[in-house]
Amino acid sequence: MRGREMRRRLVHMAKDPALFLIVILVFVGLALFVVFPLAKIFLYSITSDSGSLDFGPAREALADRGYARTFGNSMLLGTITAIIATIVGYIFAYALTRTDMPLRGFFKAIATIPIISPPFILSLSMIFLFGRNGLVTRRLLGIDDFDVYGLRSLVIVQSISFFPIAYLTLTGILSKINPAVEEAALNLGASKLHIFLTVTLPLSLPGIASAVLLVFIQSMEDFSNPVVIAGNFSTLAVEAYRIITGMYDMRGGSIMALMLLFPTLTAFVLQKYWLSGRSFVTVTGKPGQARQRTSDPAIVWPLFAFCALVAAVVILFYGTVLAGAFVKVWGINFSFTLDHFRYVFSLGWAPMRSSIILAMLSTPVSGILGMIIAFLVIRKVFPGRRLMEFSSLLVFAVPGTVVGIGYILAFNGPPFFLTGTAFILVMVFAFRNLPVGVEAGSSTLLQIDPSIEEASAILGATSATTFRRISLPLLKQAFFSGLVYSFVRSMTAVSTVIFLISPRWNLATTRVFSLFEASKYSDAAAYIVIMIIIILAAIALLNGLVGRMGRSERGA
Amino acid sequence: METIDFSARSSGVELLGITKRFPSLDASGETTAVNAVDLDVRDGELVTLLGPSGCGKTTTLRMIAGFEFPSEGRIMLGGRDVASVPPNKRGISMVFQSYALFPHLTIYENVAYGLRVQRLPAATIKAKTEAVLELMQLSEMAKRYPNQVSGGQQQRIALARAIVIEPRVLLFDEPLSNLDAKLREYMRDELRKLQKRLGITSIYVTHDQAEAMAISDRVVIMDGGRIRQVGSPREIYERPESRFVANFMGKANFLPATFEGREGEAARVRLKGGRAATIPRPGPLSLGTGSAALLVVRPEGILLRKTGGMLSGRVLRATYFGGVVSYEVESEGLVLLVEGYNPQVTGVFAEGEGLGIDLDLESVRLLPIES
Repeated sequence: MRGREMRRRLVHMAKDPALFLIVILVFVGLALFVVFPLAKIFLYSITSDSGSLDFGPAREALADRGYARTFGNSMLLGTITAIIATIVGYIFAYALTRTDMPLRGFFKAIATIPIISPPFILSLSMIFLFGRNGLVTRRLLGIDDFDVYGLRSLVIVQSISFFPIAYLTLTGILSKINPAVEEAALNLGASKLHIFLTVTLPLSLPGIASAVLLVFIQSMEDFSNPVVIAGNFSTLAVEAYRIITGMYDMRGGSIMALMLLFPTLTAFVLQKYWLSGRSFVTVTGKPGQARQRTSDPAIVWPLFAFCALVAAVVILFYGTVLAGAFVKVWGINFSFTLDHFRYVFSLGWAPMRSSIILAMLSTPVSGILGMIIAFLVIRKVFPGRRLMEFSSLLVFAVPGTVVGIGYILAFNGPPFFLTGTAFILVMVFAFRNLPVGVEAGSSTLLQIDPSIEEASAILGATSATTFRRISLPLLKQAFFSGLVYSFVRSMTAVSTVIFLISPRWNLATTRVFSLFEASKYSDAAAYIVIMIIIILAAIALLNGLVGRMGRSERGA
Repeated sequence: METIDFSARSSGVELLGITKRFPSLDASGETTAVNAVDLDVRDGELVTLLGPSGCGKTTTLRMIAGFEFPSEGRIMLGGRDVASVPPNKRGISMVFQSYALFPHLTIYENVAYGLRVQRLPAATIKAKTEAVLELMQLSEMAKRYPNQVSGGQQQRIALARAIVIEPRVLLFDEPLSNLDAKLREYMRDELRKLQKRLGITSIYVTHDQAEAMAISDRVVIMDGGRIRQVGSPREIYERPESRFVANFMGKANFLPATFEGREGEAARVRLKGGRAATIPRPGPLSLGTGSAALLVVRPEGILLRKTGGMLSGRVLRATYFGGVVSYEVESEGLVLLVEGYNPQVTGVFAEGEGLGIDLDLESVRLLPIES
């Protein structure tokens, strides 16, 4: 009986060939570019070179003190950063959603800068300010032997990088708390502090847990900061890279990368399913209902001072890099020069061009694919729907290092010889940057009355037409979020691509990395400044394009 | 005046043993939402599916539209089985409860949408869209967006969008439930006039019995996934075949009685208090002599008088509505609903007042007790 119903359903799908084809294509894509590389790295870690099952290397690695210490380091770093970033993010979010302090727009802008900025920039500032030739350490304080490298700097840099994630997550939660609940408590005579401790804070606990887990994932998988500023403090992502590129031990690197995968995957599953699937998309945050903002100076001004301090630190760090791009040799010769920009536009231009081209190619793929998956998962019924959702979101929790190694293992041999090609880079970007589009799209679709799409269907439109003419225009905002995220991530990815680049397809981020290794800090600074300009220009362009979407093909 | 012959494609709908099972919420088994429903909707007719929420009426409608797939049975559209035809190929239109207007398209584009996806020539699209906008008195606001017009206008846009494609069948899913009471009555009359004029086969889902009475050629009463009775509004009100139907279509009193045999078409019964009565038109009955039965008496079928009467009783409550007074009257341990019309002439009984009760035996129906 149910078999008959399922058969009818399949017959329906077959009569809507576009839908049928898309479902198949999406599954093939996810299987090939998400699941296959992951399976490959798993299998590789537990097989010997001859291909037989061999747990030896994995067992050795787990018993190895060095591996254990590195694992412990990463966990420690992830935990400390997650706690600090969440505290800062919470105070920021509370101040901006609950008080009428001045400069709220400015603080919001400050909190988005780290999200769209290229990698290495904060570490570079750290070196400019506190390094051996640091402005603060050497010039101002006269310290010659200050060691900027290590856990302390790493925590500072990561906290600045990731507090915006916590801030955006918590803003969503805090503005969703029904103001009436807090007003009711106030009416009952509770003091503001009491309300905060007994109503607001407990209600935002799921958001806090969410923020901690999300920052933890980011911190664990971070490659660009620890690789330049961790010093002797080894972390999993960096060690995996060093083992593979320095010791040519692919299997050892794979095992280390998997040690990184387990905690991030656990955090992801906890965040997604234990916290009842709370959305990790924070870019789309919708404004809540009108809320009475407090103007009590005893609350506003301490919070304002805190936000101003954070803003000052962010500005200091970004300003330092900007300044660094215009000086001859930082710390030694501070005279003005444009040489570093000349370098970017001459010798340095090829990788920048590659990055832009690849980001431009992968962004639409990722953006549209994200909307398609969201549409299929939320609106269509077909076998394997949950699996499609899970595997498309999974990549969020898979560290770039794991993806990179997985891709080499999967595509550097028969039947695929794809490493070093533009194709594989576009694919890795397209699939790696899916989750934000999928999440933003899903949560938007959940708010759109499904009858709207049914109305389109019954008026004679196929699924493809309905998607193009009805759903996509309604998904505009989510689509934009997905595109921006995808472009930014494609431009700024490091650990994912470091194994996949080739002399022909060298990328901007890997060039910055080599400039670091050659201690050409001011060239790196100029490079990063140009990357920021390109990213901002791309966001403006996307904004214009998406804004026009759906307004075409009109006219009676 | 119409440039479009709306009824040209209209066709009948036949449901043959339609059953729909859903996995139940705890995933342990299945619940049957629609159970072996047979229904024949004739070309040009307006049939209402009426029932309480969860009776399967909306699921039935959605199966006709093609949004749900029957677990069993066939759906015939103009004589052809469409069970495996997707919604966009069925040539059916639907007016949704939420209207489901496309928020990003103008009213003109909303109406033209169904024609555009058929890739009709631009001139045809323009002519048909303008004709329907004119018909629905929407020409003035064609350039506006759905959120810029009133609820009643949105309703008309939804209808315009549905009829412009000249559907074979028009489906309505509680289309008036978002309107306030006054506008709802007005729109319901407009809708009926339009449907009669266009002659498109229509299937209309509602839980509002007054709405069903006002617009339907025939009403289908559903309960628990099954059809309980099909007939014209008058047939259903005057000749309910079950206690459920009598209760759902209007109000009814149920008086227990004993069946004592037939006299030609009429039936002899003995009421609970011991009084005998003869019911001239009891309806089809298969009761054995001496078996328990129920008299179905509508509130307007009970006549109150100062003295005398078949039964005696006492007024528990009287509510004055102007043209009618609604009473609750206690008699023989039962509470009866009674409506007294034209109280300016007939007077109003006071609460607590003792009185006599007569039944208008002409309108009484007889049902088996377990119905």
